[in-house]
Amino acid sequence: MQQTNKLRPFFENLEFEREDNHMVINFGPQHPSAHGQLRLILELDGEQVVRAVPDIGYLHRGMEKMAENMIYNEFLPTTDRMDYIAATSNNYGFALAVEKLIGLEVPRRAKVIRTILLELNRIISHLFWLATHALDIGAMSVFLYCFREREFAMDLMEDYCGARLTHSAVRIGGVPLDLPEGWLGALAKFVNELPKNIKDYEDLLTENRIWRMRLEGVGVVPPEMAKSWGCTGIMLRGSGIEYDIRKEEPYELYDELEFDIPVTDSCDSYGRYLLYMEEMRQSVRIIQQLIAMYDDTPPELMAHAPQYISAPKEDIMTQNYSLMQHFVLVTQGMRPPVGEVYVPTESPKGELGFYINSQGDPYPYRLKMRAPSFWHCGILQDLLPGTYIADIVTIIGSTNIVFGEIDR
Amino acid sequence: MMRPYVPKDNVQAKAYYTDRFWVAPRVPEEPVPEEGVYAEDLAAVKAKCEVLKAYIQRDQLVIYINPEDNVEVLRILKEERWYEMLSEMSAVDFLAQRGGFEIFYQILNLNTAKRIRVKCFVKEDQAIESVNPLYRSADWAEREMWDLLGVKVNNHPYLKRLIMPDDWEGHPLRKTYPLEGDEFAQWYEVDKIFGKEARDIIGPENRDPARVDRYDTERFARLGHEVPKGAPVDEGSATPVQYQEEEGVFMIEKFNKAPKVLDKRK
Repeated sequence: MQQTNKLRPFFENLEFEREDNHMVINFGPQHPSAHGQLRLILELDGEQVVRAVPDIGYLHRGMEKMAENMIYNEFLPTTDRMDYIAATSNNYGFALAVEKLIGLEVPRRAKVIRTILLELNRIISHLFWLATHALDIGAMSVFLYCFREREFAMDLMEDYCGARLTHSAVRIGGVPLDLPEGWLGALAKFVNELPKNIKDYEDLLTENRIWRMRLEGVGVVPPEMAKSWGCTGIMLRGSGIEYDIRKEEPYELYDELEFDIPVTDSCDSYGRYLLYMEEMRQSVRIIQQLIAMYDDTPPELMAHAPQYISAPKEDIMTQNYSLMQHFVLVTQGMRPPVGEVYVPTESPKGELGFYINSQGDPYPYRLKMRAPSFWHCGILQDLLPGTYIADIVTIIGSTNIVFGEIDR
Repeated sequence: MMRPYVPKDNVQAKAYYTDRFWVAPRVPEEPVPEEGVYAEDLAAVKAKCEVLKAYIQRDQLVIYINPEDNVEVLRILKEERWYEMLSEMSAVDFLAQRGGFEIFYQILNLNTAKRIRVKCFVKEDQAIESVNPLYRSADWAEREMWDLLGVKVNNHPYLKRLIMPDDWEGHPLRKTYPLEGDEFAQWYEVDKIFGKEARDIIGPENRDPARVDRYDTERFARLGHEVPKGAPVDEGSATPVQYQEEEGVFMIEKFNKAPKVLDKRK
């Protein structure tokens, strides 16, 4: 029944045999070091890349379309599937955008919990990045150590929200749950141990001759290129531009916290590696300050805005009007005011922004997700030409892309 | 009985209850202050180009311009006002209301941490000039905008579908495009691999991943009581499903209802 002539693959009119002795190869879409479904069409002159065309879309699920067909609360778990390494940062970015659209202030305890979760997710994401990046380059043992620590962090996430990967731990207007008994103690234990572990990784890598040879001077992103390509996060700070949304446009509790933004102007993969290590230390520092803040906060977890946010469970079970409002909010969804917002947050990968255009309906009229990895993947077409094929994996690893948020 | 009217120009999910006396509140649009960074930015743009509307919404400056001026305005903002990063750009589909798209450019000044949203409106068949020479990040953004919304872009170096396959038809983020996909999307794999004539044999793709066929003994044992894989399902052995309520539970009872309209047509 299958007709072979119709199975002819679609190669974008690429010539595989060429007169100038260049070779065209496909890197991916199923490549263990591509960090997802990345297909790179590489034109090679010997071992040197002449042209690189990243081809994406293999993980496209149409999240922006789904958002237009879902009420706001319904869409929140879908954002987990963007950057699935650090799901809470996506949940938070979306929740913050909707809160900003409504004009909502979140209770202080919810802010403390959210900031703890965000920083814990940053640690999880950076550990995962270091593990896979080191594995790509050939340092197997770092992978095992990093995953051990990441496991402890994910256990903490599981204790809080029940999920290890797709957390949905944040709600629009606050957080659904208070911290469980003894959780802060376990968290303190974890973050107090972590700097020692980070030192272990650094002992294995920082002065390692092979590691330095593979990373130094590889994947050089000049500052102009970084700005022009919309690079954010460590890709930008690795090019000597000090810009962290947590500092420059503070949200949540970041304006009350003390932390440093590490910057390097080496512009290469090795500099970015050092920044990742330092950022983990800074996250530990932030979490230690937040643990101390928690006890002084009043117990409210969700903002009081009956038009948009359901009342607490006790009110719903005891008060008729709260029950009615809860029913309307669950069945019809909240109706934010007409208008548009663009809200950036600093996710572990870079600037994660949500643009929401609301027409006053329970469904967003248009929701655009600005995923940092999208641009960090696009830059590959300018970054790869001139490099050697052995460095491609290093460069892809160093950009820290994750395909859930590139294809959305 | 009359069939309910379903608008064709917007097939996205609709609120099933609307109060016709309810007036939606609006996110306040504040005037641009006389002094400050935004005032200077706006003055720089106004000196050379026409500004249709400018206001501040949720701490960000929004400027409406003519679509012909987009490159010039962004050039002024980039080179004279140091908005060096295009963090996001895309379009919003207003085809049903106004017959076009609203394009927005979200730009960022790294020194002052200020953000501006430059917006313009293009008709459906009107092309916008590419801003790729100013910001390289527009390369992929414009490709995505073309791919998903079908906004035409002039002088783009490589305007090709980015996310959907190259031989795709239609632009999925348009409001006229249903969430489940149109006919082309539904039969894409079958048509491509086996040919259109195989549609009847293979059948449509199941686009509802949560669907459970309770009489399917190949992939699921019958719900309610287990049967061997592939056991024949005849008329008399319907799965007994018992509910506490007599006529079945809300929602669940509808699963077994025969489609009335189709029966009559037969």
